[in-house]
Amino acid sequence: MASVELQSIGKSFGATPVLSGIDLTVADGEFLTLVGASGCGKSTLIRIIAGLEPQSAGSVRIGGASVDHLRPHERHVAMVFQSYALYPHMRVFANMALPLTMTRLNLFERLPLLRLLSPRRRGAMAEIAKQVHAVARQLQIESLLDRRPSQLSGGQRQRVALGRAMVREPAVFLMDEPLSNLDAKLRVHMRTELAELHARLGVTFIYVTHDQVEAMTMSDRVAMMDSGTILQLGKPDDLYARPANVKVAQFIGTPAINVLPARVGAAGTVELFGMDLPIHVRRPAGTALTLGIRPQAITPAATGTTRAGLCALDGRLRRSENLGAEHILHVDLAAPATGTLTSVMAGDPEVMAGDARRLALLFAPSACHVFDAEGARIDDVEAAPSAAAATRMARAL
Amino acid sequence: MTAAATLAAPVPAPRRNRQRLIESLAGCGFAVPAFILLLLTNLVPLAALLYLSFTNYELGAIDTRFLGLDNFHKALGDPVFRRSLYNTFAYVAMVIPGAVGLGLLIAVLLHRRKRTRSIYEVIYFLPVTSTLIAMATVWQFILHPALGPINGVLRALGLGEVAFLSEPAYVLPTLAAIGIWQLVGFNMVLFLAGLSAIPRDLYEAAEIDGCRSGIDRFLTITWPLLGPTTMFVIVTTSITAFKVFDTVAVMTRGGPMGASEVLLYAIYLEGYQYFHMGYAAALTLIFLAFVLLFSILQTFVLDRRVHY
Amino acid sequence: MATAMRAQAVTRPITSGSSLLRRMVTLFAVHTVLVCGAVFILLPFVWMVVTSLKSPSEIFTVDFSLWPKHFNAVENYGRALTKVPLLRFALNGFIVCAGILIVQVLVAVPCAYALAKLRFPGRNALFALVLLGLCIPVQVPALPLYMGLASLGLLNTYFAIMMPFFLSVFAIFLFRQFFKGYPDEIIQAARLDGMSEFEIVWRIVVPSSWPAIAAFSVFSVVAHWNDLYWPLIVINDMNLATPPLGMLFFADSETGSNYGSLTAAATVITAPLVLAFLIARRRFIEGITMTGIK
Repeated sequence: MASVELQSIGKSFGATPVLSGIDLTVADGEFLTLVGASGCGKSTLIRIIAGLEPQSAGSVRIGGASVDHLRPHERHVAMVFQSYALYPHMRVFANMALPLTMTRLNLFERLPLLRLLSPRRRGAMAEIAKQVHAVARQLQIESLLDRRPSQLSGGQRQRVALGRAMVREPAVFLMDEPLSNLDAKLRVHMRTELAELHARLGVTFIYVTHDQVEAMTMSDRVAMMDSGTILQLGKPDDLYARPANVKVAQFIGTPAINVLPARVGAAGTVELFGMDLPIHVRRPAGTALTLGIRPQAITPAATGTTRAGLCALDGRLRRSENLGAEHILHVDLAAPATGTLTSVMAGDPEVMAGDARRLALLFAPSACHVFDAEGARIDDVEAAPSAAAATRMARAL
Repeated sequence: MTAAATLAAPVPAPRRNRQRLIESLAGCGFAVPAFILLLLTNLVPLAALLYLSFTNYELGAIDTRFLGLDNFHKALGDPVFRRSLYNTFAYVAMVIPGAVGLGLLIAVLLHRRKRTRSIYEVIYFLPVTSTLIAMATVWQFILHPALGPINGVLRALGLGEVAFLSEPAYVLPTLAAIGIWQLVGFNMVLFLAGLSAIPRDLYEAAEIDGCRSGIDRFLTITWPLLGPTTMFVIVTTSITAFKVFDTVAVMTRGGPMGASEVLLYAIYLEGYQYFHMGYAAALTLIFLAFVLLFSILQTFVLDRRVHY
Repeated sequence: MATAMRAQAVTRPITSGSSLLRRMVTLFAVHTVLVCGAVFILLPFVWMVVTSLKSPSEIFTVDFSLWPKHFNAVENYGRALTKVPLLRFALNGFIVCAGILIVQVLVAVPCAYALAKLRFPGRNALFALVLLGLCIPVQVPALPLYMGLASLGLLNTYFAIMMPFFLSVFAIFLFRQFFKGYPDEIIQAARLDGMSEFEIVWRIVVPSSWPAIAAFSVFSVVAHWNDLYWPLIVINDMNLATPPLGMLFFADSETGSNYGSLTAAATVITAPLVLAFLIARRRFIEGITMTGIK
């Protein structure tokens, strides 16, 4: 069990930079997820921690000690690969025992025929067998120990890969998109199992995924990456409620956040499509802004409706997706506004849209996220009534 | 409704039948030239061989007698034939470890190189494309007791001269070395293909699990996963080695004193120099039997090539 | 200050002193083995070319040197090209290989297509025969074919050299595998457009099977350019000799004497294929590796 510290990690493949200036500390026993779109560098980063790739700059410390000069197996890490990387020619037992036989037996004791001559081997193998069985019992794969990987289902293979990692009793568990090869239902089930495993073992987990749902539901903290840098590091709640960057806001949360262009008006307020919103921004007038509003914060109402304290935009319902418990609405904004907004509501939108499918979209100013032209969050912002009060009013419709 | 139904039903059937007919005719037509050639170049000759092997026919002979299985009995008791069989198997036994082992070694060493790989690949593959007869002549010169460089080096080291091709004990190993020389590049390519089929993350997982050295990696992952490829290379090499002829014909002509007379060369002599057609036919059938054995092994191995 | 300290923390990846040494040693050992092997492989080639440039006096001196002191290339090559019709051999090789290849493709392609895509009576039996033919090396039917050709008076002709190879069961097998993967829908669309099966084969399927045909061509040309056994049996007229046979004749006539022109002849005979290999490496390796899959 150990903490992991990354200091100024950089990596380039030839002239192409893939990672730059990564500073990250994972506390002992924490579940940290590296999340981001494909190509953001998260897999490269985890491989650097494992020692499979050398970093171009910076240093890695595990448990307080620098591991830069250590080979992967000397770092006391275990890794679960996306493809599981189970040795296809060995049975499950041998797969799980391999980490132990590699470290405990020397070369002669491992050679195919010569090993029969070693007396120490029998004792060592008995120990190893005990350990493997213990782990297999924990993961409920004891009945599979005699099978070959090709005879296992996806979920079973995943457990064997986990078992092989657990058997080493590592200081850090590294997981590179372990659930992406499973079907949706199994993925949901394994999410819970992994989270419970983490709680049981109490070991540091570093988890890589491109699925924001996994990141949000399983982690203690999340590091969202983009183009080789960490955009935001924090608890899942923080990334959702206070995204540091418009990219973070767009990645976390489904349906994706609505993003609208705005600017700072003459009175220091946000001007959106010519409408002055009661949000004060301490920036010079005319500064370009990006406004983010979550679909859950937008309430549709019959066209023309207004409510005190809420802003309203009119539009035409283009399409509604029926999810059973809720509807997702795609509404084309009416002039002078442009663009499409997504909103989530319970109940049938047709009821209030009428024949002309015209709707009003209401939202509270405090629910808006304000970003500058580069996408960074602007925090010195004052909005009118509290978000809670605004939403209550909207729901009453 | 019923009228329309009965009108609709029969129309597709004749068209379908006509299509089938066209297919059958086209198929037969396309296959006929190949079939005729197959008959002429494979089946009829096989039947002829079978017939000939039961006779004592000699080319240009007036009368022939039916001998039954006498030719085969004679072959199995004939010291010349048995020697050629022994020579051939000895040759194959020497070529297999050399060609397969070296091919594997070179492939494993080359697999990880990036910049130098192409150069080495080209170099090692050159003998496969070269005309063996021409190169055999050159080898003959290289191995020459007085003029060749190899003996020159041996002399310089104080070891004296070695008559590679005229000493009965050395001639087969020498021929085997040349056979290996010709096959290494080919096997190397096959092994390289097999190696690149092994997923890279297996090696990475192994490294995390503690596989430190190249030997560990080789024993734990490379060798087991190359199993099917290795079997395949062994069988292919065996068949090719079994058919050795060119080097013998050019360099030794079966000498010295029959020490390098291999099966195909013996058949060549019997059939085209001595014109003992009946006997040569029997020998050819024995040759075919062995090749079929190897080929069956090969098909068997190919089936098992389905990876784990 | 903090950044300066961080900069010092930058290290060279994974390699400490001892493991860098280990890597160097391994690299050295690997390349030593590879180079030794390469020397073994290249020895005859180098020796061949070098000897072909030397004069007889140099060749026959017992202490050898690698580079010729007197260039005798013109005489050696001249002798090789005139005393024995080397260029003629090359021409024969070209004629024979081209002839064989053309007929092989013409016969094998329709048959492979029929086996892959058409249903006709006897299809399975034919395929079984093809598989059987794969196991029979050419040295087996050689004897009866020789007798047949002899009785027809057809020995010592181009036809005799080419005839046993007109049918390549390997080509049929290979093309059938390839054609099987060809989408049926395209063929059905072509049929609907009114194309005859014959046109479909040659105008639609073949052009898109170019890689397989090219790879097979390489295999075929190399195999038949280098073939000794069959030409040796049916040819004793030097004007018709293929390169290997020609080399054999030349070696016979020059035994023990003119190694200079012998190696010159060897160089001329080996050069075409080696040059072709250097130019079209990928196709070569593909094509020849298929003999393995055979």
